[in-house]
Amino acid sequence: MSADAAIAGSAGHLLDVRDLRVTYRSNNGPVPAVRGVDMHIAAGETLGIAGESGCGKSTMAMALLKLVAPETTVTGQILLDGADVLTMKPGELRAVRWTKASVIFQGAQHVLNPVRKIGHQIDEAIVLHNTGGQHDQATRVGDLLALVGLPRRRAQDYPHELSGGQKQRVMIAMALACDPLLIIADEPTTALDVMVQAQILRLLTEIKHERGLSMLFITHDLSVLSSIADRLAVMYAGKIVEEGPAKGLLRGSHHPYTKALSAAFPTIGDPASRFAPSGLKGDPPDPSSLPTGCSFHPRCPVVTDACAAIDIQLKAPTADATWRAACVHVGGAA
Amino acid sequence: MNPLLTIEDIHVTYPPRRRGGGVSRAVDGVDLEVRAGEIVALVGESGCGKTTLARAVLGLQSTSAGTVRFDGSPIPTDAGGRKAFRRQAQLVFQDPSGSLNPRQSIYEIVAEGLRIHGINDGEPARVAEALSRCGLRPPERYFLRYPHELSGGQRQRVVIAGAMVLEPRLLVADEPVSSLDASVRGEILDLLLGLARHHQMGILVITHDLGLAWNIADRIAVMYLGRIVEVGRTEDLLADPRHPYTRALLSVVPEHRSLDEQILVGEAPDPTEIPTGCRFHPRCPVMHSNQAEHLGIFDRCRLVDPGLKSVANGSEGHQAACHAVEIRS
Repeated sequence: MSADAAIAGSAGHLLDVRDLRVTYRSNNGPVPAVRGVDMHIAAGETLGIAGESGCGKSTMAMALLKLVAPETTVTGQILLDGADVLTMKPGELRAVRWTKASVIFQGAQHVLNPVRKIGHQIDEAIVLHNTGGQHDQATRVGDLLALVGLPRRRAQDYPHELSGGQKQRVMIAMALACDPLLIIADEPTTALDVMVQAQILRLLTEIKHERGLSMLFITHDLSVLSSIADRLAVMYAGKIVEEGPAKGLLRGSHHPYTKALSAAFPTIGDPASRFAPSGLKGDPPDPSSLPTGCSFHPRCPVVTDACAAIDIQLKAPTADATWRAACVHVGGAA
Repeated sequence: MNPLLTIEDIHVTYPPRRRGGGVSRAVDGVDLEVRAGEIVALVGESGCGKTTLARAVLGLQSTSAGTVRFDGSPIPTDAGGRKAFRRQAQLVFQDPSGSLNPRQSIYEIVAEGLRIHGINDGEPARVAEALSRCGLRPPERYFLRYPHELSGGQRQRVVIAGAMVLEPRLLVADEPVSSLDASVRGEILDLLLGLARHHQMGILVITHDLGLAWNIADRIAVMYLGRIVEVGRTEDLLADPRHPYTRALLSVVPEHRSLDEQILVGEAPDPTEIPTGCRFHPRCPVMHSNQAEHLGIFDRCRLVDPGLKSVANGSEGHQAACHAVEIRS
């Protein structure tokens, strides 16, 4: 896609986020968790968001449907299917949640109500949004369970009767209950075993293709995104520091943070990583006391004097305008 | 030379959780060795018995059969002997935030082991040495700090320093980086690698992460439902995996494309009901794809428990427990 096409196409995006900022209130003053994020997702596209704990990725994702605590301020523009989520009245917002975009929350075991049957919990979303008539609700729940690879009779089970992977499947069924256009998946495979993780990733990929769904897939595990995402954005300290095509970004990133993050997940068989684990010094920064300039500079292996002073904006390192990185070492493409 | 640690046919069973339930055979006959200066990765899904095995190795879990030898002799059973053994063999837990007392200074935390073992001479020097060995330098700067003042990576270094202060010869690390952020993993893995290389420590690292094994382990043992199903040098096992379970585990590693993705159905099975024959047969792709029938081993897989045997044309020490691997040789 050329730069012109990227701009011209923005009207056709299912989700278009501009300058999103989310600020928490705390006893020690405001905490900027998301600090100006621009992003978009086309119909049928999967955008992967990667980042470490505290980088603001989950906050950002929840803010898309305004699922934030009342005292939290959210500014910017979130155009979901053409309408701005941030200016919606509570009733409109309720209508949009689950029918336009739904969420697969992390930690299925804590999200499901332990004293209600699985079927009822899936049913709830359908009833609340009045999609589909009363008479076929049971069929609808059964269909959804079948869709996520669970036997229909599981509707009669309580959450504790299911394994971790099965609960995650129920979460996916709930997210699909009102035929949304966009699914926001927040660490949907974290805490699952590798084999179960692979099952869930395959299921999500199949459903996404079958239904032409768009997806925002959030994870701390960059390697997971290689199999599921079309495009990737890497967040650090509340900002996107690099974005681009998933495959390209994992193989040859431009931002030193992305490089470090992808090196942390070694390619098995690669002699370069054998007996040579790779990582960074220090921790991701605390959002309430961010470093000056580029917030990555205290941990950056290629830091320069300028980095503590200037906060570099995203720019295109190559002729590909869809690829952008925010680093002083990234030259703008000619 | 004797291996530092020798595990011989270890069994650990747990009693039924409810009346009428089956006995859980969490560890069901495991042999494994760890040499001085060697890192062995014990890999498997949750519930495969890897943490139980680790606890049994350290004498924290009683075994129902088998022997654990340290330096050639069985680990002592009397209280005094056990305490002396524990000085030599230390455990590092998963979550550094959970295993550090927030009200103790770093000095107190690291010195605790010394006090338990009644080592009074040169305490500050020993604590300083352990901290600097773990990369917290200069150590004096950390003495009076508290866990919350440190980064996640530094906290895990403190946990390891607390084990190191007793100058153990064996370290058992249970998922040492799984609760850490990706960018922080590297420094801890590097530390473990240095302890093995420069201090001749034997390390048994328990993990579900084959990438971690590739990063630091000399050898890998793959565990399934209480049993080691494949073991070998890291390069051999990952480049030429023989057991269908190992192959499946490797095939689902994202970005690992040398094997066709082989997603097993179902989840880790129940150690109270270990299948007959090969314990992996109900999930085995070789069984499901009719290959087993083709090879004429269908019934053997269902009825005969395969033992670990050296694989054909494999490197030394590469073993797998699979009828199909045997028949193909």
